Amino acid sequence: MDSEAHHLETLALREQFDTEDQQKDASTLGMWVFLITEMMFFGGMFLAYTLYRSTYPQVFGVASSSLNLPIGATNTCVLLLSSFTMAMAVRSGQLGKKRAVIWFLIITMLFGLTFLGIKAFEWTEKFQEHHVPALANFHLDGTPLQGQAKLFFSLYFAMTGLHALHMVVGVGIVLFIIMETARNKYSPKYYTPIDIAGLYWHFVDVVWIFLFPLFYLIDRHIGR
Amino acid sequence: MDQHLEQSAHAGHAAHGEHPIDSVRTYALVLVVLLCLTIATALVATIDLGFFNIVVALGIAVTKMMFVIWFFMHVRYSTTLTRLVMVSGVLWLIILLTLAFADFATRGWLNVLG
Repeated sequence: MDSEAHHLETLALREQFDTEDQQKDASTLGMWVFLITEMMFFGGMFLAYTLYRSTYPQVFGVASSSLNLPIGATNTCVLLLSSFTMAMAVRSGQLGKKRAVIWFLIITMLFGLTFLGIKAFEWTEKFQEHHVPALANFHLDGTPLQGQAKLFFSLYFAMTGLHALHMVVGVGIVLFIIMETARNKYSPKYYTPIDIAGLYWHFVDVVWIFLFPLFYLIDRHIGR
Repeated sequence: MDQHLEQSAHAGHAAHGEHPIDSVRTYALVLVVLLCLTIATALVATIDLGFFNIVVALGIAVTKMMFVIWFFMHVRYSTTLTRLVMVSGVLWLIILLTLAFADFATRGWLNVLG
């Protein structure tokens, strides 16, 4: 009745699928469903940020302008570069160039770690400037409304922190893919995990693409 | 039933064919565009455009997102089903934002605390 059900099982074509394309499409679709849940998750926080920013525009403007713009812009470029090398890694996977996959993934991982390093430096600055809302010495110059300023920095730490956590997970995933690639797990017929890891990495990049303007840019002209 | 499933699987093939491989040039160009947009958005932010600061910043962010998902995330080769799921996801996000903003904006209208 169904001859295809008795095909030889491979990594690229598992028992439950008819064709390799069907399996690949199923994996891609599954990953996008996960990414949508991630989008809703971050969306809730973007919502909270936007509501408070519209309620307290003046203080949020002052606080936003106190962020380090050159560092934020640099980090954005680092992430975009990492997305490029990740796309190149997937492309090398499609072509079956094992060494290229490994090197592009290592560079991607290094860019990711660079991002985290710069982020750590930026957070250190916040501690030195007394911009950490949980500490007793919190103080933001330029406004008497310290409570609203605390709210801004709470959102700043929560959102950049959760983004950074996703970066840490991403670095772990890339490391895993590097090891699997080195063990000859993938081929031009089966590079789905590299592709899926790439989707995750690019998604985290997209989140930062929105975090950067919303936190660092929008009220820059007010605060000055 | 099997016949039907097989047919739909094949129709799926025809819709997107095999997965083509992009050139290095394509990815490099996308990267250059993304970096230029980043510099542009950072520079525009220092100029006072009033309300349009937000419009420009978010417009550039959405443009950058489009470049990333269209090229880097291979959405231009993805199946119609995947695209449909993505669009419906964005729709749910829009529902979340719209209803929350509507609630927030109209709360004072009835002079009821809460």
